[in-house]
Amino acid sequence: MGQRTIIPFGPQHPVLPEPIHIDLVVEDEKVIEAVPSIGFIHRGLERLVEKKDFVEFVYVAERICGICSFIHGQTYCQGIEEIMKLEIPSRAKYLRTIWGELSRIHSHLLWLGLMADAFGFESLFMHSWRVREQVLDLIEATTGGRVIFGSCKVGGARRDITPEQMTWLLKQLEVVEKEMHLIVDVFMNDSSVKHRLCGVGVISKADAISLGAVGPTLRASGVADDMRLLKYAAFGELDFEPISRTEGDSYGRCAVRCAELFQSVDLIRQAAAKIPAGEIAVKVTGTPSGEFFSRVEQPRGEVVYYIKGNGTKNLTRFRARTPTFANVPPLVKMLGGCELADVPVLVLTIDPCISCTER
Amino acid sequence: MAFFQMKKMILAWTFRKPVTTSYPFEPRKICPGSRGRLDVKISECIFCTICDKRCPTQALDVDKVNKKWRIDRLRCISCGYCVEVCPKKCLLLTGDHGIPTVTKEMETF
Ligand code: SF4
Ligand code: SF4
Repeated sequence: MGQRTIIPFGPQHPVLPEPIHIDLVVEDEKVIEAVPSIGFIHRGLERLVEKKDFVEFVYVAERICGICSFIHGQTYCQGIEEIMKLEIPSRAKYLRTIWGELSRIHSHLLWLGLMADAFGFESLFMHSWRVREQVLDLIEATTGGRVIFGSCKVGGARRDITPEQMTWLLKQLEVVEKEMHLIVDVFMNDSSVKHRLCGVGVISKADAISLGAVGPTLRASGVADDMRLLKYAAFGELDFEPISRTEGDSYGRCAVRCAELFQSVDLIRQAAAKIPAGEIAVKVTGTPSGEFFSRVEQPRGEVVYYIKGNGTKNLTRFRARTPTFANVPPLVKMLGGCELADVPVLVLTIDPCISCTER
Repeated sequence: MAFFQMKKMILAWTFRKPVTTSYPFEPRKICPGSRGRLDVKISECIFCTICDKRCPTQALDVDKVNKKWRIDRLRCISCGYCVEVCPKKCLLLTGDHGIPTVTKEMETF
């Protein structure tokens, strides 16, 4: 038996610009155990909610995460609308769906780039982000923001997409789709990429369920579970089937995200074809009184918001369980027994977003 | 198993112009509809202080008595809430993102 050493990974680490800290217990080159700790950037949202007006809090909710910002805002708005029994216009639901899927595409492309960077494939990283830039341009033209969309509000949407913009968006999406095929082909078929991903960090179906994995981490282990099946926003009227794989390894997780890129493009096309004309928002009167659990599928997995109001304009309780938080136990499981050199890749395969984990 | 799957893409991009621009020498193209710097048409403002009260980051300070409208550029997150609530519609978010601020002083109109 070799000597055991503890190697600290993070909170400052070149591979990951996010402050997660993991103590790796290493024997020779093998990781025996991983002990995670978070709490470096706690922002105290639970306190802040008592000071902010519930309408204004959308801006804070959106800033919980810099990547899936729109879906955070959407989750919050859906929760409030549910408490206040607001029925939002159908057009707003479709708009939210379109923006949510655009944000999924940009998040997955970002992840693919970071992943390429983690296994040392610089040019692939650059190309993924080049394509992501085109998606960001679409988002900026339709919502006004590049990563913080700011287009969701309690009662509907803040902006509309004009028919001309929609035609342009669909045309641009075709270009983006072509480029994505080229990039995904490299991730799925290149031998050096496969060498780094295949068979690394396997999570079995039973483990994924018992450890509470969510999102692509869960779906790569053979469980076709997706919150979009709850039919929030316009998903009830669109043709949608969750994507799942059976490998359970890093390659599987990568494949799920790659396939979801094209699924999102397809969902946007469906939504654009079906979107009804009409109002985009309803007037909000009164204050929320009651509680609700809002569950929405983010690019990283399921996010759960608990919202409670007592009839005043400030909420009394607010809590967000972000997907990365749920994916930390599976990560710890994956890290046990892996090679030290695989740690960066494994940490990245759950698509960690530590800033939103700590709220 | 395919080896070096990326060769075609790399070869193609060897002969193309870079997609990056040499900012700040070449300014960024303004995207229409982007939420950028907040502009005020001060001649139309009635100093009703609604924007001041609603701003989620308290970036605005409107003085009713002295008829002064002030903004802290570093605080403003360009959310556009003030633009929506202004009764005179004299606020506007331009697509331009402005120049970097070097002082922390508030801008007065
Ligand atoms: S809301 Fe409009 S009119 Fe009122 S103070 Fe602000 S800018 Fe002036
Ligand atoms: S754009 Fe938003 S943050 Fe900026 S001054 Fe207006 S309300 Fe405040």
